[in-house]
Amino acid sequence: MSVLLLSRGLYDELRAHGEETYPHECCGALLGTPGSGGWHVTKVVRAGNTRTDSAHNRYSISPLELVRIERDARQHGLEIAGFYHSHPDHPAQWSKTDFEEAHWLGCVYVITTVAKGKADVTNCFLLSGASEEEKQFQNISIEVRD
Amino acid sequence: MKIFIPTPLRPYAGGKDAVELQAPTIAAALDELTQSNPELRKHLFTEQGKVRSFVNLYFNDEDVRYLPQKEETEVSANDTLTIIPSIAGGL
Ligand SMILES: [Zn+2]
Repeated sequence: MSVLLLSRGLYDELRAHGEETYPHECCGALLGTPGSGGWHVTKVVRAGNTRTDSAHNRYSISPLELVRIERDARQHGLEIAGFYHSHPDHPAQWSKTDFEEAHWLGCVYVITTVAKGKADVTNCFLLSGASEEEKQFQNISIEVRD
Repeated sequence: MKIFIPTPLRPYAGGKDAVELQAPTIAAALDELTQSNPELRKHLFTEQGKVRSFVNLYFNDEDVRYLPQKEETEVSANDTLTIIPSIAGGL
């Protein structure tokens, strides 16, 4: 599990989402299949940011929306591979909040900097470890296929 | 009833994405699930036996926390229970 693989179209799509919601954070789910080299993402699903109280620096996906995304993934033979969100005018590095709120072990968390409304750096972090107590974020590369 | 297992917990449920079982209540169903898959227990419950705060349980389309009888809600064969860890973060 060392690379996140996705098409140019999907990569552009998740980055564009952050530009649209700027100066607020965007969020969504990445659906795909696990491979020997890592997740192969084949679908990007936009989600609403429920943190309307603090959308410029927080995001949250409603569990019910997540239940429905999961159901949809299952019907298409896909799994939730991970999630993405944006950091408006902040580095594409996971924050303390991101780490504390990350619970999908084995899944990826993709973060895009949106600088003054333009998508800039996109990084991918794999939440590794066997349990909540041992979890850690591991920076992995994104392989974009044209 | 059918219990849907999220991606991170599938390795602790024999790789399965769903488990079919018979139980009278949600609590009994969770009990049976963790008895047949003991490794799941620590991922779902605290040492005090409470569901971990970041683990959401959805009974069909309802959050179990908001059901009048919560985990003691009776279940039937066609009901589903979805285990879904929360997803949030920020800057
Ligand atoms: Zn973040």
